[in-house]
Amino acid sequence: MTLLYSFIRRIFSMALVLLVVVILNFLMLHLAPGDIADTIAQTMGGADEQDMAQLRKEYGLDQPFFIQLFKYILRIAVLDFGHSHFYNLPVYDLIMERFPATLLLVFSAQILSLFVGISLGVFAAQNPNGLSSLFVNMFSLFGYAAPVFWTGLLLLIAFSLHIPIFPVSGMRDITIENGNFFTHFFDVLRHLFLPMITLASIFFAYYSRLCRASMLEVLGADYVRTAKAKGLPKREVLYKHALKNSLSPVITFAGLSFSAVVSGAILVETVYAWPGLGTLAFNSIISRDTPVLLGILIFSTLMVTVGNLLTDLVLRYIDPRIKI
Amino acid sequence: MKKHFFKILLISFSLVLTSLSSSFAEDPKRGGTLIAAVGNTPRHLNPAVQSGIVTGFPGAQLFATPIRYDNNWDPQPYLAESWEISDGGKTVKLNLVKDAVFHDGVPIKSSDVKFSLETIQKNHPFKTMFAPVISVETPDEHTAILKLSSPHPALMLAMSSQLMSIIPEHVYGDGQDPKKHPQNSVNVVGSGPFKLVEFKSGEHIILERFDDFFIDGRPYLDKMVLKIIKDPATRTIGLENGEIDFYAFENVATNIVRLKKNPNLNVTPKGYAAIGPIDWLAFNTKDGKTADVNVRRAIAYAIDRNFILKAIMLGVADEARTGIHPGSPYYEPNVETYDLNIDKANKILDDAGYAKGSDGMRFGLTVDFGWPGLKPNAEYTKAALKKIGIDVTVRPSADFPTWAKTVSNHNFDLTWDTVFNWGDPVIGVHRTYQSSNIKKGVIWSNTQQYSNPKVDAILEKAGVENDMGKRKALYSEFQKMIANDLPVYWTNTLPYHTIYSNKVGNPPMGIWATSSPMDMTYIKQ
Repeated sequence: MTLLYSFIRRIFSMALVLLVVVILNFLMLHLAPGDIADTIAQTMGGADEQDMAQLRKEYGLDQPFFIQLFKYILRIAVLDFGHSHFYNLPVYDLIMERFPATLLLVFSAQILSLFVGISLGVFAAQNPNGLSSLFVNMFSLFGYAAPVFWTGLLLLIAFSLHIPIFPVSGMRDITIENGNFFTHFFDVLRHLFLPMITLASIFFAYYSRLCRASMLEVLGADYVRTAKAKGLPKREVLYKHALKNSLSPVITFAGLSFSAVVSGAILVETVYAWPGLGTLAFNSIISRDTPVLLGILIFSTLMVTVGNLLTDLVLRYIDPRIKI
Repeated sequence: MKKHFFKILLISFSLVLTSLSSSFAEDPKRGGTLIAAVGNTPRHLNPAVQSGIVTGFPGAQLFATPIRYDNNWDPQPYLAESWEISDGGKTVKLNLVKDAVFHDGVPIKSSDVKFSLETIQKNHPFKTMFAPVISVETPDEHTAILKLSSPHPALMLAMSSQLMSIIPEHVYGDGQDPKKHPQNSVNVVGSGPFKLVEFKSGEHIILERFDDFFIDGRPYLDKMVLKIIKDPATRTIGLENGEIDFYAFENVATNIVRLKKNPNLNVTPKGYAAIGPIDWLAFNTKDGKTADVNVRRAIAYAIDRNFILKAIMLGVADEARTGIHPGSPYYEPNVETYDLNIDKANKILDDAGYAKGSDGMRFGLTVDFGWPGLKPNAEYTKAALKKIGIDVTVRPSADFPTWAKTVSNHNFDLTWDTVFNWGDPVIGVHRTYQSSNIKKGVIWSNTQQYSNPKVDAILEKAGVENDMGKRKALYSEFQKMIANDLPVYWTNTLPYHTIYSNKVGNPPMGIWATSSPMDMTYIKQ
């Protein structure tokens, strides 16, 4: 009952967050100078005065701000995300076309960064003042300090140009026509590898340093000393006792950083022409395509809040004392 | 003697064989897939209601036009196998190819030509293209007669490239708004050499050969894949590692210089004369200090075109001296060029009464720029004008709509911009200089607020002059007048280049680049 109540409460708070996201971003988009009519004029190499006035009337841009906002909220309430002003396609279709690609990139990057970060943290914690710890520090800080755009281009130059193992762009090889499941699976994996590494590299430092600090604290605890004194193998002490108890802050941070991963995906998707929501979001901002951008923000907010909920569930699994 | 004779015979035979084999190697081969990159996602694929080069590339493959142009600006038959111009240019008769069909097998008729032209007149942003066309008669299924209110020499160019795509009336005549028609992006029914397989916004456009295309044996390619890759560095790497065979409209100077060194690639500036892109510094001729022609001239004398060409454009762009592209038959190079002369610039300002203050400055101006590629030009302007006592503030805009709002509402002193000619001066040049096109809030109208009744009169006359010699003379006079008045200071052509791998044969290098059908392009095998 308590769990159910907590769940329902979480759903309500998610809805509230969504509403605030919609209102704030609707306001910000309208405050920005220029509108979709200017963008369409740009793509056409010019436009007539009447054309632009007609465009603004068609998209309701000639109406007062609060009426536009009210109408939009009413549509969202019945799950009508509207049509893209720029592409004239349903926003839902545009997003669904690209959502799986972003989901794949973001989740695989997050899992990779957690795995590598935790492994590096455990490695460093065993010899905190030694060379291994220094190496882990330098390696992970490089990923953190380097702009993700630059890292992506460096990897492309290294592994798509000079040592051409991975493709330059896209999510799949369009010229593969007759292939079975595994052909397509490995094709997508090949395309995913560099973008995933690029996005994950930002977070190696966070997770490795957090894990190292948490492990050092736990390794100094009485119960760990007791386990060692009892003669338990080092591996068992490290992974079964110490690591399990040091994961809480790491997992918490993973949940909180999920939104940063989604933001980082925008730049990574641009570099690798990964057909995800990131590039669509960027284009929508530039073109003032309000319905698409708001639709993406709603989906991103949902992803982040669901990600946080999953984080809490994992934490509860690791430590049943934690309540969600 | 005999030995020498046989030696000569052998050498001659080898030479003959070599020339034969090389001529065979040049023959187009049928088959293969061309992987091209494009920098942006088109809004949709119907050029009849959407201008711009982004739609133009796929649109010109999907839809045919009555006419196409060769490298010498000569019109060639396409969907119209012949044409006749009569009545002083006020009647144009198009005789259509007899067995042409749309991608769904429905025959292409003169009624489709009529429908297409009327749709373009109502929906296309370039209103001047077909403004004088008052009606289209269709006496039979393969004849379309355009009736004009006045001679319109721009008409021939307007009937080519992406400007007059022939769209099916049986699809677009269903009452829906053609600008928002669902078949603009999916199940596109075209008239061109390629048909649509798939359009995934932000990802790719896949086209395949239309087997019933009205030119036998064409197109040569089985497929064209247009990969949408926004980042210029990623595109460059793709070209270098062979993943991408073809990219048109490359204009980043450093990329052009880098790719020219690659032995597996060809890099050519040919093919953009009708697109006609020009970089320029525009002045607000009505408000502020730049309303004074002396200030504009002084600024022109202080900005070194050669510096821009060598240091910013790295030698890959051509000089532009007027508002008509150097590749156009109407270009007039013999105008006042305002070659760098700091002393003269200072003297003009001194004589005009703009004395220098104790800080060496006379007054301040702002400079905007329309897209990030022009930022170096804006920064150079600041440094250049400091030498003549003008304190320039560079005003970056967050994005295009922000800049467009600023400039179209005339809230600027100076702005760098790139504007296209679009073939005939009536289509892409008049709009910048005619006083009737001063329209607040509309970008790429006469945002300089320039007004000269003599220029208006000459443009009016040139727009209806059918005699090529007389028309050239009129535009020559026009260019001299605007070079004198200087509403805009032109510096260089935007250096569009086409990059293609050695395995691509006969890429489009006519006047419209990839805004023309690629039915003659092939993969060398």
